Amino acid sequence: MTVTEDASPGASTHGPAHPRGGRPGKEDRRLSSPLVLTLTLLLAVLAQSPIRGLLATPRMQSWTTVFVAVTVQALPFLVLGVLLSAAIAVFVPPSFFARALPRRPALAVPVAGVAGAVLPGCECASVPVAGALVRRGVTPAAALAFLLSAPAINPIVLTATAVAFPRNPEMVLARFLASLLVACAMGWLWHRLGRTDWLRPPAHGAHEGATRGETFWNSVRHDIMHAGGFLVLGAMAAATLKAVTPPDWLRTAAGSPLFSVLALAVLAVLLSICSEADAFVAASLTQFSPTAKLVFLVVGPMIDLKLFAMQAGTFGRAFALRFAPATFVLAVAGAVLTGVVLL
Amino acid sequence: MNRQAQAAVLFLLGAALLHAGTTGLYLRYVKAGLRPLLLASGAVLVVAALATAWYERRRHRSSRHTAEHPEPRISWLLLLPLLALILVAPPALGSYSAVRTGTALQRPYGYGLLPAGDPVPLSVVDYASRAAYGHGRSLHGRAVRVTGFLALDHAGSPYLVRMALNCCAADAQPVKIALTGELPPVLRPDAWLEVTGRYATGVAHDPVNNGPIPYLKVTSARPVPVPHDPYDETWNN
Repeated sequence: MTVTEDASPGASTHGPAHPRGGRPGKEDRRLSSPLVLTLTLLLAVLAQSPIRGLLATPRMQSWTTVFVAVTVQALPFLVLGVLLSAAIAVFVPPSFFARALPRRPALAVPVAGVAGAVLPGCECASVPVAGALVRRGVTPAAALAFLLSAPAINPIVLTATAVAFPRNPEMVLARFLASLLVACAMGWLWHRLGRTDWLRPPAHGAHEGATRGETFWNSVRHDIMHAGGFLVLGAMAAATLKAVTPPDWLRTAAGSPLFSVLALAVLAVLLSICSEADAFVAASLTQFSPTAKLVFLVVGPMIDLKLFAMQAGTFGRAFALRFAPATFVLAVAGAVLTGVVLL
Repeated sequence: MNRQAQAAVLFLLGAALLHAGTTGLYLRYVKAGLRPLLLASGAVLVVAALATAWYERRRHRSSRHTAEHPEPRISWLLLLPLLALILVAPPALGSYSAVRTGTALQRPYGYGLLPAGDPVPLSVVDYASRAAYGHGRSLHGRAVRVTGFLALDHAGSPYLVRMALNCCAADAQPVKIALTGELPPVLRPDAWLEVTGRYATGVAHDPVNNGPIPYLKVTSARPVPVPHDPYDETWNN
């Protein structure tokens, strides 16, 4: 059963847009993107059956299903986060954050970390919002604490955790405390060691003396196109790893305490599961210790393939390459510590 | 890509989400509860596309021709999920993933009353937990009817499977029942079956994660079409 639609309503097919202003000459050499887009769509429709044939093997089919599923599940949350970040950029004056957050970054970090509890949804929404906070002049340390805590400690995620672990209510408390602890630790660490030149401030199309409406929709368009591209990249990586991971390596890992913690930490990064659902997956990993499951729950919402791609897109590669490993190490350490004390 | 192309991509993406959300296609990929968000975000994408096109027209008409920053090439990747949704529309996860993933069966709180009927209609998860953890006592020896799809493990033994879903297909996990007794002569993986039978003692162990797989002694089986929602979402309610 397949669905076919018209190739491209809405794609303008008036050939190359004629060069206007800007850089004369350069425009002529470059293929106009509407033309490329139209050709791509037409070719894809024409080559439908060979493409379907290529994707017919069970492995490719499950890859495509997981890829589409991750994208379709994350897009609504991305759109929600992008709308929120555009609203922050247009309607919230920078002075608001200066008043709402303590002046000293060391104090602003935990406040921002706890504030993460009010952003419903999962990690895809938090990246654009954190980007907007940095643009609005919030100290990066606090914005990063918010970025890390929001997907893990909001009520929706904690409720899902309680449902997934009906016999271990302490899991919910452990998850909340460990995630908050790691988010604040990362904020303070950035405050101590972070350098602003690693952080490419999220660039935006120039606000050409535009109206509020134009600035708002410009920001929405730019963020969706940009973060959406990185989201697709992350979804492809996650689907690929799910398809190639041999099913029995987890069983061998569950044997030793150290190895099981590392295995679930790596699994959390590779699977890139939405933070609203990871508790159920953790609950099904029955042969692992509660501490290893907690590591899975703390690492997943803070750093995974999809998030890494989106962070690189929003804050620059130099930032993501340093931030991701540090987050990973601290998240594993914080979760193990909390697990030893509470579980 | 320039802004005209971006408007087109946004529009198509929004249309594809709206289409998936209105036709039930989305149930192959995400949980049913995500539908309102899916439709809302589809609408926002369409509005963003129209707004982009409108401001772009105004920009061209006005005298200020500001240079346009073309978006990074990574945006082109958005075409992939779009084409996958419109042209390929891959099916819900089936036996390939079920065989490679361990059963997600968990000890239930307790057992509800058996529904009326002979045979008793039960979900795969419901039957499996009554049989694996309650030794089938809560079934009172009655005949049961269960619907799921077929999966064959490497040794060729047949299982009746339903994928349980919490959020999207990336976290779907199988719940399996091992079938014995009167099976159809030809067993095709991924074929949906409505199986009638009785509780059989014993529990097999999933080779992947050692989870419990109860048995069901089949008295009759008939092929049925794929249900509207191929996943089991009892855990979401």
